[in-house]
Amino acid sequence: MNNTPQSENVLEIRDLFIAYEPGRYAVKDVSAHVRRNSITAIMGPSGCGKSTLLRAMNRMHELYPNIETKGDILLDGQSIFSMSVIELRRKVGMVFQRPNPFPNMTIYENVVAGFSLNDIRLKKSQRDDIVENALRNVALWDEVKESLYRKGTFLSGGQQQRLCVARAIAFNPEVLLLDEPTSALDPIATSKIEDLLGELKKKYTLVLVTHNMSQAARISDDSMFMYLGELVESGHTNTLFTTPKDPRTEAYLTGKFG
Amino acid sequence: MHPELTDNIARRNRTNGRFRYLVIAGSVITVVPIFLIVGNLAIKGYRQINLAFFTKPAPDTFQAMMAAASGEIIPGGIANGLTGSLLMVLLASFIAIPLGLMTGIFVYENGTRRYARFIRSLTEILQGVPSIILGIIAYLWVVKNITRGYSALAGSVSLAIMMLPLIIRSTEETMRMIPIAIREAAFALGTPYYKMIYKILIPVSFSGLATGVLLALSRILGETAPLMLTALGSPAVSFDVTRPVSAVPLLIWDFYNDPNMVSLVWSASLFLMFFVLSMNLLARSVASKHKYI
Ligand SMILES: Nc1ncnc2c1ncn2[C@@H]1O[C@H](COP(=O)(O)OP(=O)(O)O)[C@@H](O)[C@H]1O
Ligand SMILES: [Mg+2]
Repeated sequence: MNNTPQSENVLEIRDLFIAYEPGRYAVKDVSAHVRRNSITAIMGPSGCGKSTLLRAMNRMHELYPNIETKGDILLDGQSIFSMSVIELRRKVGMVFQRPNPFPNMTIYENVVAGFSLNDIRLKKSQRDDIVENALRNVALWDEVKESLYRKGTFLSGGQQQRLCVARAIAFNPEVLLLDEPTSALDPIATSKIEDLLGELKKKYTLVLVTHNMSQAARISDDSMFMYLGELVESGHTNTLFTTPKDPRTEAYLTGKFG
Repeated sequence: MHPELTDNIARRNRTNGRFRYLVIAGSVITVVPIFLIVGNLAIKGYRQINLAFFTKPAPDTFQAMMAAASGEIIPGGIANGLTGSLLMVLLASFIAIPLGLMTGIFVYENGTRRYARFIRSLTEILQGVPSIILGIIAYLWVVKNITRGYSALAGSVSLAIMMLPLIIRSTEETMRMIPIAIREAAFALGTPYYKMIYKILIPVSFSGLATGVLLALSRILGETAPLMLTALGSPAVSFDVTRPVSAVPLLIWDFYNDPNMVSLVWSASLFLMFFVLSMNLLARSVASKHKYI
């Protein structure tokens, strides 16, 4: 760990191109940055490359064997492509569209799964602390403290999603990536998650993919608008929503497409 | 309603009714023989089943003849077959379970690659090979070249080859049911690939894997033909893998060929049937108990 004062930008994306098949770019020449302790929303119509860009930030996109990546992403000034993926993914956690707790594990085991799956041995008391803290941070503790040893899949969809957030933050990552985390949830569960994200940004940096404009407007500090793989426009959410510079952004915001 | 329509409905109802009877009749026809078989085995076989049946090896012809002549129950049992079966099934499992699971996982993980596709077709072919031919293969490999004589090892190899395709296919099919999201969740936590397999994929699909293994076991427990060419049979209890051993189905065949031991055929068959049945029931209960997907 270096002790230099941490810059405001946690992530720097530089001239990033990603293609699933040679020559067909899902992400085209994207340069952007993500500020510390903020929520950055990535918006755009379906298929424009939001997930691909997000997954690149912890190299989950490399799970597709034929994927081609050009350009660079820096985490605290260091290229993520020069780190080990294991180290990177501990610093940059991820929450998915559909809640995906491990079905063979209890609620408790799910929260500490990141440790057990990496053979990191902890004392029982340490584990208990991590579980309680993480569950408190996602406002799930009071709901599940009596049933920590039940399977996580017994919870409701919204609770499962908060459990997945707890699992991701148990490692105390720097950045949390969220890919449409509320699209499978009902409005009440959605608003609980949105409240939660507002709390979490005090400790973590959040990047949120959403196709829901009002969600982006409600909770994000910065926004990126993507279209056909390109980053059309990015900046403070307020500015981008009130005075979009690019006609495509304006068209999207006024519901002309997407 | 239009008269033609009501007519139509009445006719449909009649057809439905007839079809129902047909289905019921069909299911009765399939179920009755099963009960006949079990009942027959139980009535004819139960008398021989006692403690000695499990602890004593098969009698020789002379003992059996004397007992049969005086109307007593035949002394001796199936201990040599029981131990031989156990030995070979264990050894076969030892070979086939790890190999089958690993191959199944490999084929699933690399489903689209040519080599994996090749293995998958090979597995399908292997599943269709008559078991006696697997016996001949084990005979050529093991009896001729390794143990230089009939042996439990040769029997185990033939049984293992039978188990392999069953385990490989059930493993692949079970893995296929795991949602991709579960794998991704593991990777997103920085889990290395091999740990994702043994800490997530295998536990999550445990019930399916175990079911596949148990069904493969119940399948080989009754195999006779390949063992005739490999394990051969032995009148004594033996745990030497390089020597011939008996097996329960081999004993049934021996009993059948000796007019003095016919009643043992029923007892041994009853036992074997019961055992295979319990294995199947166990497979079912495991399948429902540890089911996560
Ligand atoms: N696994 C894949 N293989 C090939 N093309 C893909 C794959 N995943 C996504 N794509 C393509 O990449 C583009 C961007 O996809 P994605 O990042 O999922 O968009 P979004 O999340 O904005 O809906 C789409 O055109 C999509 O068809
Ligand atoms: Mg997406």
